[in-house]
Amino acid sequence: MLYSEKVMDHFKNPRNVGTIEDADGVGEVGNAKCGDIMKIYLKIDDDVITDVKFNTFGCGSAIASSSMATEMIKGKPLSEALTLTNKAVVEALDGLPPHKIHCSVLAEEAVKAAIKDYYDKNGVEYDHAVFPDCASCGHCADD
Amino acid sequence: MIYADNAATTKMSRTAIDAMLPYFDKIYANPSSLHEEGQQAAEALYTARERIAKVIGCTPKEVYFTSGGSEADNQAIISAALSGERKGKKHIVSTAIEHHAVLHTLEKLKKQGYEITLLKPDENGLVYSKEVEDAIRPDTALVSVMYANNEIGTIEPIREIGAVCREKGVVFHTDAVQAAGHIEIDVEKDNIDLLSLSAHKFHGPKGIGVLYAKRGILLSNLIEGGAQERGKRAGTENIPAIMAMAAALEEEVSHMHENAAKLTAMRDKLIDGLTQIPHTALNGDRLKRLPGNVNVCFEGIEGESLLLLLSEKGICASSGSACTSGSLDPSHVLLAIGRPHEVAHGSLRLSLSAENTEEEVDYMIEEISKVVEYLRGMSPVWNDLQKGVKKYVIQ
Repeated sequence: MLYSEKVMDHFKNPRNVGTIEDADGVGEVGNAKCGDIMKIYLKIDDDVITDVKFNTFGCGSAIASSSMATEMIKGKPLSEALTLTNKAVVEALDGLPPHKIHCSVLAEEAVKAAIKDYYDKNGVEYDHAVFPDCASCGHCADD
Repeated sequence: MIYADNAATTKMSRTAIDAMLPYFDKIYANPSSLHEEGQQAAEALYTARERIAKVIGCTPKEVYFTSGGSEADNQAIISAALSGERKGKKHIVSTAIEHHAVLHTLEKLKKQGYEITLLKPDENGLVYSKEVEDAIRPDTALVSVMYANNEIGTIEPIREIGAVCREKGVVFHTDAVQAAGHIEIDVEKDNIDLLSLSAHKFHGPKGIGVLYAKRGILLSNLIEGGAQERGKRAGTENIPAIMAMAAALEEEVSHMHENAAKLTAMRDKLIDGLTQIPHTALNGDRLKRLPGNVNVCFEGIEGESLLLLLSEKGICASSGSACTSGSLDPSHVLLAIGRPHEVAHGSLRLSLSAENTEEEVDYMIEEISKVVEYLRGMSPVWNDLQKGVKKYVIQ
């Protein structure tokens, strides 16, 4: 099998699929040219993520990574959600094939992009170093 | 399970399996051995060569057994390149939609100082003989154009291209891996000098193929050793596989017309059904098309997730998405016919065999429509298209 059972479960039964119309923060990363885009919507109340939804265009591991990442941050304070790493997503999924690791990177970046959007919208000061830009991934570097 | 990935490989036919069995434990001697047992094997080998020659319209001496289509492509191209080089000709004409067995061999030759012209097909994947003619130069050593494309099923005007090459005195190779057994091939009438075919694409075994080389075309060895295959391909012949290949090819060709009629009907029903899905486009020529090939792009979704969900529904298919190839770019064929990256990622290829049924076609149309709708429902690209934030590429 290409993917672990965990990946297949999150791919076939993705958690938190959808959009939030009045989201407090929205993050979109990736590009269609490369074959994956993730968009994460957050509802935030008192610095806690009360609801999260995602939309993903991409392969099985991209959908599974989005699903897992949303589960991992739901109900968590922003400070904790910001510590989510792609490695943690990979581990929670019982691993990803080497050429699919970038999907977990996208998931981490989508979460951070959504939180950054919330901070920007609300004029909250933050450490810019915590939010790497898309270029750090290198997946689309050839284009 | 519905198997619709016959362009990847086919199930072996009963006839082919039966044809190979005696050569494992009854007639197993080495055909190069002088004893009676060995000569029996040599006799069988010769009859297989004769039977295959008859199907493609050449003489047995022009049939060389290889390990498959890739080896045949490699040997054909390298042989023609080396022959050309001896006459000071180091230019090769081919197309942007060839199989990687051809393209990667050409890339290797390019590094060795050959000049390669890759013709771009039209939006349906067709390569015109006029363009081949215009690309031929005094120093052109070889023209290589595939008989039919493995992804989008477009059948190229091989006879016309062959005629142009004859007239210009240029060696002509065609990769007929997807065509052999499915559409008529006659190397004489088609003006072909070198042709590659592979048994596992017509219900024969994997690991065996043919390189046809017209008398007078000098082959260079890829594999050195014994004097098998008229000294051009060393290694003890894989007789069980060769016998099965001959049987499979004869059987496919004997049912070619009825199979083509059945496949074309199923193919067209699938194309009509799938293109009913909004913002879906057919890839490849509608008419000049392999009987069993369907290839479409669904805007707003990605191919690998589509394949995995179809697999859950028992449908075996394939895609030109980057994620299915392990590379960053989607299919070079879809890009060459002008599909943008984001659309090429959402391609689906269904390749039928005569074992598929009308009921399966109906089931596939129904399930594929549902899966496409489901994936679009969670796609931010589709969401943007629907809201008018982005413009549809496929109307």
